[in-house]
Amino acid sequence: MKAAGIIVAVAVALALQTTLSRMAVRSTVAVDLVLVVVVYVALTSGPATGLLTGTFAGLVQDALSSPVIGIGGLAKTIVGFLAGIIGSQFIVAQPLPRFVVFFGATVLHAIVFMGLYVLLGLRQFGTPYAAVAGQAAANAVIGVVAFQLVELLPGAVERRKAQRGRLRR
Amino acid sequence: MISDIHQRSGYLFIGVMLAHVLLISAQVNSRSGVPVLESVTFGVFSEVQRALSGGVSGIRGVWGGYVGLRRAKNENEELKRRLAATEIALQEQRALADRTRGLEKLLEMREQLPLKTTGADIIGAAAAPDFRTVTIDKGSNHGLQTDMAVIAPAGVVGRVVVPSARSAKVQLLVDRNAAAGALIERSRAQGVVVGSGDERLQMDYVSEVSDVVAGDVVVTSGIDGIYPKGFVIGRVESVEKSGTAYRRITIKPAVDFRSIEEVLVVLKPPASDAGQGS
Repeated sequence: MKAAGIIVAVAVALALQTTLSRMAVRSTVAVDLVLVVVVYVALTSGPATGLLTGTFAGLVQDALSSPVIGIGGLAKTIVGFLAGIIGSQFIVAQPLPRFVVFFGATVLHAIVFMGLYVLLGLRQFGTPYAAVAGQAAANAVIGVVAFQLVELLPGAVERRKAQRGRLRR
Repeated sequence: MISDIHQRSGYLFIGVMLAHVLLISAQVNSRSGVPVLESVTFGVFSEVQRALSGGVSGIRGVWGGYVGLRRAKNENEELKRRLAATEIALQEQRALADRTRGLEKLLEMREQLPLKTTGADIIGAAAAPDFRTVTIDKGSNHGLQTDMAVIAPAGVVGRVVVPSARSAKVQLLVDRNAAAGALIERSRAQGVVVGSGDERLQMDYVSEVSDVVAGDVVVTSGIDGIYPKGFVIGRVESVEKSGTAYRRITIKPAVDFRSIEEVLVVLKPPASDAGQGS
């Protein structure tokens, strides 16, 4: 059940990502929703689930967009694993720690992803510091908002149901 | 429990990472155009092969060294044996050469002498230290008789005192009981040379007015009827006044009695000397 939810989440993220791919800053995508999903799952489910989610999401993403399958998967595997460890070792329940985790995860992902491409001589990225920082900030904001929505949504639904019930009486 | 989970996650992480690396390597070509997976695989296995080859070479080298060392040890022992044998042979050759040189000198001396002589080897020394005698390998069967002079290329050796059939005892001139008529070659001063029992000789009955100095050569005078005239006995080492009418003269023998090996026995002295015997 949980795996199905993760697959759906990744699929949705990929669908949204493909529609948002035009929002590029230089050669780097402004947001990486798949990465947000990976970090989110890792923070909530632990390192094992995080790295498996990263592997799955990264490979799918690579298969869809990257000339070399595995580089994105490798980067997201590392990020998912480390984020899962952070989530299991530290209390990451406040917006600011979550923001930091999302931000750092994005930076780490960019380092691994771009580093592997440069290392293998497949692609050059120039000086992508601003783009990476922008993507990290965007991912962090989306991740924090996603957390808030997921956490607040069930309560809001309950409150709304209860409010409707009082009105009917 | 938590640590177990983390450990499993770690293994899983490593496995997934390796899978990714393999996946990437299978798709990417290296700078030489060969797929990275093949290149890395080949590189890794070549390193393994290099390590194995190095190990095998090392073991072979150690074993070869060990075997070589054992072989070298055996060769070393064999060479040592050969060297020892060669050294012994060399010493034998050297001794033979020395003996040949000595015999050559004797032969030359024999040919130059107007005397009938026979060569003899010294085969033994005195049984008692108080007597300075040697045994030679010629005896009465070779014509030796008592009081025959024994000489060497360097000078007078002594006389035959006891001849047997195949050997003879020779009294050396340094023996306490030995004596020979002598004269100073330079001044012709006469006297009698006697043995002292050690490595020096004394010349007695030399007048104190005689001209004798250290370094003078002392030769046989022939008046004793044993030693032919003119053979070197030694050199004057010191001249002292003995408090009487004679001088006390010490002579260093010309013959080294400790190293002498071959001698000549004068079988028949010249007729002129024979009649002058004392």
